[in-house]
Amino acid sequence: MSKEFVDLNTPVIEMRDIVKKFGDFVANDGINLTVHKGEIHAILGENGAGKSTLMNQLYGLLKPTSGQILVNGKAIEMSNPRDAINAGIGMVHQHFMLIQPFTVTENIVLGTEPRKGITLDMAEARKNVQEISERYGLSIDPDAKIEDISVGMQQRVEILKALYRGADILILDEPTSSLTPQEIEDLIGIMRNLTRDGKSIILITHKLKEIKESADFCTIIRQGKYIATVDVEQVDENELASMMVGRNVSFKVNKPDQTPGDVVLDVKDLHCKDYRDVEVVKGLNLQVRRGEIVGIAGIDGNGQTELVEVITGLRKGTSGQVLVNGVDVFNKPPRFGFDHGVSSIPADRQKHGLVLDFTIEDNLILQNYGEEPYSRHAIFNRPAIFSHATESIENFDIRPRNSEKRTAGTLSGGNQQKVIIAREVQNDKDLLIAVNPTRGLDVGAIEYVHEYIVEQRNKGKAVLLVSFELDEIMSLSDVIGVIFDGQIVSSIPGKEANENDLGLMMAGGKKNG
Amino acid sequence: MDKKKSFLVILSETRFLHILLSIILGFVVGAFFLVIMGLSVGDAYGRLLSSVTSVKGFSYVVVYAIPYIVTGLSVAFSFKTGVFNIGAEGQFVMGSMAAAVVGILLGDLPKFVLIPLCFLAAMAVGALWGIIVALLKTKRGINEVLSMIMFNWIAFYLSNFIAGIPAIHSDGTAEATKNISANASTLLSKDFISQYKLCPTANWGILVAIVLTVVVWLIIDKTTLGYRLKAVGFNKSAAEYGGINVNRSILTALAISGALAGLGGALQLMGMGSRISVFSSQEGFGFAGIVVALMGCSNPFGVLAAGLFYGALIYGGSKLNLVGAPTQLVNVIVGTVVLFIAISVIFERIKYIQPRGRRKAAAVQEGKEESK
Repeated sequence: MSKEFVDLNTPVIEMRDIVKKFGDFVANDGINLTVHKGEIHAILGENGAGKSTLMNQLYGLLKPTSGQILVNGKAIEMSNPRDAINAGIGMVHQHFMLIQPFTVTENIVLGTEPRKGITLDMAEARKNVQEISERYGLSIDPDAKIEDISVGMQQRVEILKALYRGADILILDEPTSSLTPQEIEDLIGIMRNLTRDGKSIILITHKLKEIKESADFCTIIRQGKYIATVDVEQVDENELASMMVGRNVSFKVNKPDQTPGDVVLDVKDLHCKDYRDVEVVKGLNLQVRRGEIVGIAGIDGNGQTELVEVITGLRKGTSGQVLVNGVDVFNKPPRFGFDHGVSSIPADRQKHGLVLDFTIEDNLILQNYGEEPYSRHAIFNRPAIFSHATESIENFDIRPRNSEKRTAGTLSGGNQQKVIIAREVQNDKDLLIAVNPTRGLDVGAIEYVHEYIVEQRNKGKAVLLVSFELDEIMSLSDVIGVIFDGQIVSSIPGKEANENDLGLMMAGGKKNG
Repeated sequence: MDKKKSFLVILSETRFLHILLSIILGFVVGAFFLVIMGLSVGDAYGRLLSSVTSVKGFSYVVVYAIPYIVTGLSVAFSFKTGVFNIGAEGQFVMGSMAAAVVGILLGDLPKFVLIPLCFLAAMAVGALWGIIVALLKTKRGINEVLSMIMFNWIAFYLSNFIAGIPAIHSDGTAEATKNISANASTLLSKDFISQYKLCPTANWGILVAIVLTVVVWLIIDKTTLGYRLKAVGFNKSAAEYGGINVNRSILTALAISGALAGLGGALQLMGMGSRISVFSSQEGFGFAGIVVALMGCSNPFGVLAAGLFYGALIYGGSKLNLVGAPTQLVNVIVGTVVLFIAISVIFERIKYIQPRGRRKAAAVQEGKEESK
């Protein structure tokens, strides 16, 4: 960014030659990091690169094996987060640590409540909270309960919590992972407000676009090693990506033009209610044809989750039709849909996609355990299952190798996703549904997942992609359907889409097509 | 990831070493109490050992162990499939009574018809007892542990009621059922028993227990049925997503578990008892099954060994008064063993709630292994 607020003469954080070992394993191997006053400094690295280890040392959760940490020019030793807070460092974790039934104010002052005698002075607390929230443009209702406010608002509460405790240096751990595009924009605005006021921000992320949009400098870590610190203005996303993974990464999805074939999925006038018994899908119509990817763009909570649940048989709808190759799978059990051509990569891979306590080989046969060659007359044929696993691990690059008998829970997120993809792709069904298939994955794994999804389309499968990542929707989809308030409000060719129009339509701004 | 493991799953996987350590600690605590009572530890434990190592003693151990092995298998099976069959007690009682009714009313049938019939009746009734609870759970969402505990009492009073029906009740003065027909007995022949100097109740029920052990192992490890049930036990949502009918699986799991416990009741009756007394309190074979399943790590062969061990403790314990030690010492030992197994489970859990930093470290370590 413009670095307008950066004071290069005033370093607030200096981490010098930080080494952190766990037994023989070196998680951080000589990392240097300098953050100045008024600076937004991104830390970029793949999952497991050592970003969090580094930040945990800065926040007093871990002690460096060797190396020095200087805050405001003074070397300090921190043995717990309280030391870090006292030194003016605040951290907003990826998973918020808020008490749901408490109000915003109660959460912010928790642990440092103003008192009046032996009672809480809530009026004073409320005033303080309002004061800081106005000062930094973090508008928020101090009396709202956490459980009633959006994820973006909850994040504001976390930031306010840190500011309330006097933080001058904020560590934000993957702050955008659960935000909508609009909320992300707001967050970037907030970050700029904070730096204008002389605060410094360390942003942990693996999203390149956000780094380009918000950060002044970026430090790249790969496999525990310090790679470089770059001026964000002088590099492009491709350069950042290749520094992060150590090879060239292509963002362009190779997708040849092809004419879509017959309709595979035909959803007609679908209605369904969510868990609160409120109608969230309201007469939705949708078609997906052979050889095309239809992307569903929309803000979370507009019925996309329920739509997929109804198609896959996990949720009962109120009325409508869900035809798969002409067979109505509406309100049939998941098995029925599977037998008639539905395969899916679920949104929650640990809850729905895998039995984490099962071995990989067992997870790979979750739907077809009852079929030959895996079993005959209900008796397993273990050698066949094993060799199927070996083949899948090889073909889908599941790491580590020789992990057939390891439980799925021991794999990294990206490799867990590969197990699911291996299974669903090999099921060879006509319809593939993918919900947020790259959530939480790093660039290398994302590239891989995208390749497989496009390959399915190229092979003539119908693909329904539901994702909160607009970039993903735009780069993969042949047709983009915008879902708003339980209906597909517009349907546009993927090539013609741009982020602004989509964003507007997702917010119910206009209808066309 | 691992933190998502249910308590039941961890229970069923507690390691062998922990079990062994718990057993040793159980004896250490037992010794502590012996010392407090001023008794010789050597004498008491020596007596315990010597009373189970003779041929006759060991035959007693085997006979005692039969119901424990089978109810242990029942509970272990339920652990593996994600339900907690605390109702094995009631299923055992009902199975036993079903076998008694068949063995009394159809006593004229030849042995090779009557015995399988008794077994089948016991399994059917035991399964039914499990199925009712499973239906309450799947159709009405009633917690199975609560309803099973209540069904244990229903079984208890129902058994007493049936024992009082004139056609079943003893002709004599005993507060018990009639004796079952000799054709329904699994006792070994008198000649065989005296030839090998076995205990008078030596019966071939142990063979059934061993067969059941193998069958349970096969179901859990080698069949698609076991796969389905385990998938539901480990992760209901993924099983459902994968097209497995979750409710039917719970039903099947509790039916099989119940059938096993019911058969345990039949084996006990047909080998040891020959009649059922009117209960004044729960006999606890089903509850003992929980202990045995825990000690056996919920592994069928582990359960077989644990059942024999438990049988040895119970039989050996009954001889303790010969050296002046109270029989209840065995309960102290067993209680302590279970306590320590439970504690070891907690230690397993603590691994998942270690400080954030260390957990991260472990995750990083894992990431490194994967990238090799």
